[in-house]
Amino acid sequence: MPVRRLIVLAILTVLACVLFLTWGARGDMGFVLQFRGGKLLSLLTVAAAIALSTMLFQTVTGNRILTPSIMGFDALFLLIQTALVWTLGGSRFAGLDPMWKFAAESLVMMAAALALFGTLLGRGRTDLNRMILTGVVLGIGLRSLTALLQRLIDPNEFAVVQSASFARFNRLEQDGLLAALCIVGLCALAVWRMRETLDVVELGRERSIGLGVDHDRIVIKILLIVAALVSVSTALAGPAVFVGLLVVSLTRAILPSHRHAILLPCATLIAALLLVLGQTLFERVLSMQSTLSVAIEFLGGLVFLFLIMRSRRS
Amino acid sequence: MISVQNLSYVTAGKRILDDLSLDIAPGQVTALIGPNGAGKSTLLALMARLLRPDNGRITLDGLDVHRTATADIAKRLAILRQEQAPLGRLTVRDLVAFGRFPHHRGRPTAEDHLKIDTALDQLALSDLAGRFVDTLSGGQKQRVLIAMVLCQNTDVVLLDEPLNNLDPAQVRVVMDAVDHMARDLGKTVIVVLHDLNHAARHATRVIALKHGRLFAEGPAGSVLAETPLSQLYETAFDVLTHNARPMVVAR
Amino acid sequence: MTPRATFASLCCLLALLSVASLLVGAQGIAPTDLLFDPQARHLFLAGRLPRTLAVILTGASLAVAGLIMQILARNRFVEPATAGTAQSAALGIVVLTLAAPGLPMIAQMAGATLAALTGTAVFLVMVSRLPVQQPMLVPLTGLVYGGVIGAAVTFLAYENDLLQFVDTWINGEFSAIVRGRYEMLWIAGLAAALAYLAADQLTIVGLGRDAAVNLGLGYRQVMALGLLAVSVVTAITVVTVGMIPFVGLVVPNIVSRLQGDNLRQALPRVALAGAVLVLGCDLLGRLLRYPHEIPVGTVLGVIGAGVFLWLLNVRPRHAG
Repeated sequence: MPVRRLIVLAILTVLACVLFLTWGARGDMGFVLQFRGGKLLSLLTVAAAIALSTMLFQTVTGNRILTPSIMGFDALFLLIQTALVWTLGGSRFAGLDPMWKFAAESLVMMAAALALFGTLLGRGRTDLNRMILTGVVLGIGLRSLTALLQRLIDPNEFAVVQSASFARFNRLEQDGLLAALCIVGLCALAVWRMRETLDVVELGRERSIGLGVDHDRIVIKILLIVAALVSVSTALAGPAVFVGLLVVSLTRAILPSHRHAILLPCATLIAALLLVLGQTLFERVLSMQSTLSVAIEFLGGLVFLFLIMRSRRS
Repeated sequence: MISVQNLSYVTAGKRILDDLSLDIAPGQVTALIGPNGAGKSTLLALMARLLRPDNGRITLDGLDVHRTATADIAKRLAILRQEQAPLGRLTVRDLVAFGRFPHHRGRPTAEDHLKIDTALDQLALSDLAGRFVDTLSGGQKQRVLIAMVLCQNTDVVLLDEPLNNLDPAQVRVVMDAVDHMARDLGKTVIVVLHDLNHAARHATRVIALKHGRLFAEGPAGSVLAETPLSQLYETAFDVLTHNARPMVVAR
Repeated sequence: MTPRATFASLCCLLALLSVASLLVGAQGIAPTDLLFDPQARHLFLAGRLPRTLAVILTGASLAVAGLIMQILARNRFVEPATAGTAQSAALGIVVLTLAAPGLPMIAQMAGATLAALTGTAVFLVMVSRLPVQQPMLVPLTGLVYGGVIGAAVTFLAYENDLLQFVDTWINGEFSAIVRGRYEMLWIAGLAAALAYLAADQLTIVGLGRDAAVNLGLGYRQVMALGLLAVSVVTAITVVTVGMIPFVGLVVPNIVSRLQGDNLRQALPRVALAGAVLVLGCDLLGRLLRYPHEIPVGTVLGVIGAGVFLWLLNVRPRHAG
């Protein structure tokens, strides 16, 4: 039955993509398709990155409320981007080949995430709520630090700060798209090869060691993959705190399975469906310019509150 | 065979285990007893490489458990801990099936499925196989976890207070499974027990720990006697004989 | 440090920072200029003095509002800016601006206060339904709740081209403060001062409903009074200078660390320390990239988050 639902989801996603490409298209079809096709590809890349990173993060932390964005991963990436501009000088850094620029940012991000969140997660075993709160406040601090650095670089530039404060699915960066696709593809491959081990990791540290899984090494590996994926989604679309939570909660509601072989593709499809359909709806039907991410954030926040309120019973 | 050599473990400035050395006889049930805080659970966790010792080593058939690949150890040794992370929405059969993971690494064969069914049967869980584990009672859940350990089919089985919060009927099912593992399957079972009469009834050998050191070790009859027990727990006991086994009564 | 010494040193610090704040700016003013140069005198009276007063009033009243909020939620890790009060106030203004443009300042203020009141009451209801054994869930809920309301504000603002306006409410900044644009803050200061009169009642309410009823106190009335004070202070600061995070969170925690939880004794120190903190951060924001300014909200976002993380992880036993 899960497989049938997966197929239905896949068909729906393909339909949504066709709708996105053709709805209200006028004039030269070839040009429209090329233009929208690039956009669709970035949207799908972002969807996969968000879905996979959130699902993996919940598996290694054993928690259904946590997502990398809630813990401040996006904020960390934005800070790294800004800090690199600050230290290397704006024009010089911006002049770099987007591919190399992106690779450098992702690498620094992976190292920083491991240093910062590796220790945090290690300590979280004793007091999970304190760890989450620490992550959330860390995120606020990192965002403020980014804003501060941006002011120091260019005191009059307000647009920079603003563009960094919420995601924009209508204006995706397409410069590093090839690099982004490669990273997401490699990560997805690595994750797929671990899919059965991930089922065991979800049982908790002690149980998975008992079953012969090198838990600590897997956690580090996953953390690195999550950092790379968050780099992709944040670089292409900007920060989106609750999208991942919304996607994963929907996945668990639609497909109550514990097998990552089912969960991971399902989450990816749901994310793609949500973003592609949402963007079609907002852009073509409601003609609301760039507020899809804000609407999703609103919904995702409500889901989060709902989860907290419900968790008190268990 | 398991051999513990000069084992020390310190946490938060407190010495939990202090230069402990002992050997565990293979193919038998060994009960681990001692007052609260004696280091019993820590010893089990160290044996199962869930913790790293500050000093000393533990070998299993000559392999250092902390230096051997964890996947290899998982084929030789299984542990059931007391408190653990909550379980998600898994069915009983799904969870028990995880016990086979060390052997098939994610691709179960027909033989694995057979072993899963046998374990479910052994612990009287066949009727519950489709239930979600988070809907089970404490006793049922404990039986599921024991079935999972049984499924792992290892030579050594470590059980940390498996009888906590169980009613007498559930205790019976669990202890029967323990007997079955040692007697019929020839496994080495090490079990932490608080109820001395369960130790008397099911264990061949008894190891007593106190303040992180070895206090006494030997056949059940010699350790479960008035003098050693009274010194171990610093409270008086009478030891009677019932069905040719010692029976311990607090005085 | 004895309570008296703390008080005295806080006063000295505030005086020093105030003098610095009066003298620092894009255009230097020497003390002697005030006597002889009418233009300098005008700059001083219309710009520097109102700004410094506004900073002091904002800092003091926000810190007090934070303390009251912590008593009402019975949790040390909440404050108006991170638990939806400030965001509700902003939502109130946006809705008013859209529904009835061109309302006078006082009506805007009333609307913002009403929205803040409602938003905070909803938060407190949510908090009362959370498990008592998990104090960390309270601030977490508040942060997300504030985020949800904030998303609603951004949505409305974006679709109606109000983002520029919203920015002035969300990023606290004192650079636009001149004479005639800050006086409302005196009301906020007054609301905070009123809390001092009700200090004992608030302390008892902080012990919980049962204790309050047992001591013959009108639990609901005191709760309502505290709620009103928090909402008035928050709404007024959001409308006049914008959201300033972490003041209400960090200051009461540090003061209580230094000298315990007797409210009557703590309140004046909390107010003073709040003024010192915001004044210090405002000065830092003015000096970091002189002659440009960095908004005080941004500076406090960095410093406040740092201090909060320290509080959160250094003193694990005091989370309730």
